[in-house]
Amino acid sequence: MKLPRLRGGTSLWIGGGLVALAMVVAIAAPLIAHTDPVLDANLMNAEIPPGFDFWFGTDAQGRDIYSRIVYGSRISLTVGVVSQVLNSLIGVTLGLSAGYWGGWWDDFVTGLTNLMLAIPSLIFALAIMAILGPGLSSLVVALGLTAWSYSCRVARAQVLSLKGQGYIQAARILGYGDLRIMFTQILPNILGPLIVIATLGMGGAILSEAALSFLGLGIRPPFPSWGSMLSEARDQITTAPWLSVFPGAAIFLTVLGLNLLGDGLRDILDPQSTTRRT
Amino acid sequence: MILVLGRRLANVIPTLVAVIALVFLLFSVLPGSFISGMNEDGRTTIDPQVMERMRKEMGLDDPLPERFAKYLAHTVTGDLGKSFRTREPVTFLIGQRVWPSLKLVFAAMSFAIVIGVSLGFVAALKPGSLLDTAAMVGAISGLSLSQFWLGLMLMYLFALKLQWLPSFGYGDGGLTHLILPAVALGVGPMALLARTTRAAVLDVLNADFVRTARSKGMSERRVVTWHVLRNALVLVVTIVGLQFGSLMGAAVVVEKLFAWPGVGSLLVDSVFQRDMPAVQGCILMIVIFFLAINTLVDIAYVVIDPRIRYGR
Repeated sequence: MKLPRLRGGTSLWIGGGLVALAMVVAIAAPLIAHTDPVLDANLMNAEIPPGFDFWFGTDAQGRDIYSRIVYGSRISLTVGVVSQVLNSLIGVTLGLSAGYWGGWWDDFVTGLTNLMLAIPSLIFALAIMAILGPGLSSLVVALGLTAWSYSCRVARAQVLSLKGQGYIQAARILGYGDLRIMFTQILPNILGPLIVIATLGMGGAILSEAALSFLGLGIRPPFPSWGSMLSEARDQITTAPWLSVFPGAAIFLTVLGLNLLGDGLRDILDPQSTTRRT
Repeated sequence: MILVLGRRLANVIPTLVAVIALVFLLFSVLPGSFISGMNEDGRTTIDPQVMERMRKEMGLDDPLPERFAKYLAHTVTGDLGKSFRTREPVTFLIGQRVWPSLKLVFAAMSFAIVIGVSLGFVAALKPGSLLDTAAMVGAISGLSLSQFWLGLMLMYLFALKLQWLPSFGYGDGGLTHLILPAVALGVGPMALLARTTRAAVLDVLNADFVRTARSKGMSERRVVTWHVLRNALVLVVTIVGLQFGSLMGAAVVVEKLFAWPGVGSLLVDSVFQRDMPAVQGCILMIVIFFLAINTLVDIAYVVIDPRIRYGR
């Protein structure tokens, strides 16, 4: 079975490069931003098109779009990474234990997974945001609790296929406890697919953050999230289209980077492609 | 066939009840009810006595299990309650929105299937070619776009600059208003379908029965249309089903951007107004749509692939 998307290596390097760039920007934001993203409003500079002084132009309050995008990367990446760590923890714990122990617990987890799959994760996240109110921490919780069904399924399926293997039985005979077997014997063997899922999921979480902020339920202005910037920019699309172009391009490049990286990692870590996205 | 349907329904109904329970519970812990929201906006102050009466009338003071039992009983009989905001039945509110939503989802999916499947198919027939590479670069880019940004850019280009198409709204329900939102919504599934189709076709092209068909002298054209396409279709139908089902939920953002009067924009508006019955109704509608489409897909399998007869 040969399933190269783009040639494996190329997508890995381009994707890795884009993701590394986004991370460097996020970490070094105070060094490379020109102005403060929230405070440096100057109405004298309102709605200046992109140019030498303001690389990406300015918004209606005269804030530098470039600086806001630089700081916005912090929000997007935080949401992406933290929510995926949460999702992976939930998914792996449930999937591992369900596959390993079976029985009523397995039935329960399978039912829960099917339930999660039936509610579109954006809708679920939207409902949670409505309850918790806007803000970064609620975003992380909303996106971290709603997209674990996929890693749970993959973890469970892998455990089922590994459970009968000789080395698992050997570990049991040696007197290893259930948890120890799960986390030291099984988990390392299924880490590859899970890393791929988390990488691709990060892109999804960044898109969801943008969507929720765009709807007014995520990060609220004046804080510079790429989604909230787009939400503000919508009304000025006729007079200042650059307000929409650059935050959207930042989202696109970051998510593209994560998707390419995920694809490239899959070719290395998961040659049998158990994580082919459906 | 009836057996397949029966087994599916036996799976679907518990899921549905669980969704109803989940949504109900989520919104029962919601801090701030609709009425306190009315007080907080600062423009209106409501007499505490009136508020008390409204709470009673809407049943907000009853204990939780009682409210849930009532809600479940009503929901099963098709009564989703009255909107807190407009006082109209939620079924009526949603009923008005279903047709535009369906239209948008079907249009987006048709776009995705036509473009996505043919792109993936053509790419797979010449793997490694320029066309293949271009199609796959396009596909992964399509997966990385945020729908509303794409929608915004399409709106800017085709509605504001070129003025070929109306920028937003439902209009008289004609095709011109439908094109931009449908494309914005359809690009994601389109990209996914292109990738899946390509992978599925490549898989089948390497299968033994294709080699056999070729070696017995079947023309390439017949091999492709008769053997390859039919077998690749099974996987493609899965993806179409999953995408199709989740599209009504995904449409929320596009509907909001294009001021499309669908279930998604009703959901968002209701969330902001804390109109719980309407929010619950919309989510339920979206989930029912998802489950219905998936049941249809399961039936489609049996038709496409005679090997699947669901006998355990």
